[in-house]
Amino acid sequence: MYTVPLPRIGTDLAWRDAAKRLIGAAIPPQDVLWDFGGEMGELFATATPLPPPSRRIKAPQSFVQMADTVVWHKDPQRFARLYAMLWRLRHETGLMQDRADQHLAKLRQMEKGVNRCKHKMKAFVRFRDLRQGGDRRSFAAWFEPTHHTVEPTAPFFARRFADMDWMIATPDVTAQFVDGNLSFHPGQPKPDLPEDGAEALWGTYFCNIFNPARVKIKAMTSEMPKKYWKNLPEAQHIHDLIAGAEAKVQKMRDAAPTLPPERAKRIQNRLRQQKDGDQ
Amino acid sequence: MTRMALSDKLAILSDAARYDASCASSGTARRDSRDGKGLGSTEGSGICHAYAPDGRCISLLKILMTNFCIYDCAYCINRVSSHVRRARFSPDEVVQLTIEFYRRNYIEGLFLSSGIIRSPDATMSDMVQIARRLREGENFRGYIHLKTIPDAAPELIEQAGLYADRLSINVELPTDNSVKAYAPEKNPVTIRKAMGDVKSRKEVAAEKSYTGKRGKRFAPAGQSTQMIVGADGSTDATILGQSTRLYGAYQLRRVYYSAFSPIPDATAQLPLIKPPLVREHRLYQADWLLRFYGFGVDEITAARPDGNLDLEIDPKLAWALQNRALFPVDVNRASKDMLLRVPGFGTRTVGRILSTRRHRGLRYGDLLQMGAPVKKAQPFIIARDWTPGALTDSANLRARFAPPPQQLSLL
Ligand code: SF4
Repeated sequence: MYTVPLPRIGTDLAWRDAAKRLIGAAIPPQDVLWDFGGEMGELFATATPLPPPSRRIKAPQSFVQMADTVVWHKDPQRFARLYAMLWRLRHETGLMQDRADQHLAKLRQMEKGVNRCKHKMKAFVRFRDLRQGGDRRSFAAWFEPTHHTVEPTAPFFARRFADMDWMIATPDVTAQFVDGNLSFHPGQPKPDLPEDGAEALWGTYFCNIFNPARVKIKAMTSEMPKKYWKNLPEAQHIHDLIAGAEAKVQKMRDAAPTLPPERAKRIQNRLRQQKDGDQ
Repeated sequence: MTRMALSDKLAILSDAARYDASCASSGTARRDSRDGKGLGSTEGSGICHAYAPDGRCISLLKILMTNFCIYDCAYCINRVSSHVRRARFSPDEVVQLTIEFYRRNYIEGLFLSSGIIRSPDATMSDMVQIARRLREGENFRGYIHLKTIPDAAPELIEQAGLYADRLSINVELPTDNSVKAYAPEKNPVTIRKAMGDVKSRKEVAAEKSYTGKRGKRFAPAGQSTQMIVGADGSTDATILGQSTRLYGAYQLRRVYYSAFSPIPDATAQLPLIKPPLVREHRLYQADWLLRFYGFGVDEITAARPDGNLDLEIDPKLAWALQNRALFPVDVNRASKDMLLRVPGFGTRTVGRILSTRRHRGLRYGDLLQMGAPVKKAQPFIIARDWTPGALTDSANLRARFAPPPQQLSLL
């Protein structure tokens, strides 16, 4: 029996290294326990050291890619499921193309969940200006991801916000980008971030870009589920926007057509003269 | 005149911009700022940073530079004859708003359009100046979409394409006659000429010169346009016919359909209707079938004699019900083209079927397992252990899919 400890930061590399050693030594899935972030406690810890790294282990590229994503899922079974799939792949060539295999389908579904979570993190992190002065501007955000997605998503923020310092704090892992260097730290409780005046402007924009004549609440909530709202400054306006939409549209309908303002005629005449002049 | 607060301007000028349907920020050249000398990145697919209660994606800061306008387009809130409050951003304000929103991860970039002030050239050159300052002054590498003014000088449009990821020129309405009737100062010929110019500039930029160097990138995310649906009497067949011509002639990335929706201070010329949202949705579905599923306009619009799409069921299903003789198709044998025509099957499902059937014959349960919408497809397919029998030709098949008649509500 092997118990494999996996760290919270660097989980992907640790899992891959252990899986290669175990497969290399032909250790069947039922002989392996995966312990993420020490959650199992002392009880299951065994002192058996992992087999040494052996000859180059091959696995289909599509599996490696899938595993790199699935390791960040919150399901405690993710490591065991991946290892079981890797075990089967030793003999079942073509398994990765079988979209009707139940176990693969489950892993693909988990992969989708992680990808969606990464995508939502890219979308919904909201930075606040820390106003610290100095050469580089400095921002921070609090975010609550569904899966363990801070680490695989942080490089996106590093590519995008490279000329400023930033921190994304989460209960799981905190990412920090200072002077161009990205680092990861243990999660933390929600920090007190300073108020940021830009949030009011953003709220103004959110309220005015909304067209009250086309309310489609389900289309909104399916893409921006309520669980994210508490950390989105614009979401506080949603309730009032929906409540006031009907009345706004009715007002537009009830308003009688008006006569054009005086200046309209002057401008239009000038425009017509110009056009005639051109021809 | 007292100076207007920034937030008031933002309220007026985003309110005025919301009738433009596009908020896409995808499909441009990849860029990032890893060198630490700039701000922003674009990586293939765009990101929707928020959704408004109208279900629309908010990806860009979509604003007008100004809503003063000397034109009088009947469907537009900014027309010269409307009493809407007017405002105008300074170039600096647009630049700062874009950068500060971007730094907080609210947006992917800027979608700037404008009412026409003084002249088309003056307006366009202000817009180009904003884009230039973002790129050169702020080293901004995020997404920029400029709505181009068709009457502006070609040199200005050329400059716009060097700074912007996407250019758009709205055809506004589906037929030339409607444009003449409702947008009297606009000229459909000029609009098309401007689209043609953008297309040829893009082609020139893509060609390598004799030294093997490529020209400067020109609007790498291409051009798009928008048509208002439901303001004039055009049928869906007319609209889709126009789209097909536009896609073909100007290599547009997208044609957007915007359901005509009530605006404040409307003119007596256009009645305020409930925006035809379902129709807009069906047009997008049909547009998709034309571009990615190998359908022709005639096939899609033939289902009904009045040239409009069926509002109750999607256009592919409507087509299949009209062409039942072609079904059922065998998922283990049918060609890719034919599988794509099965109601419910999308490109992803078809890809999975093709990949899996190389290994073994597919059963009904396999289709379920791979996430295919089998309920919709089942009258039209055969699998190892499934045949629809008489279902395909049953008289009440349409009723299975169409929603039950609804009680009408007052408008
Ligand atoms: S040109 Fe026409 S559509 Fe454009 S802002 Fe002016 S009135 Fe509106």
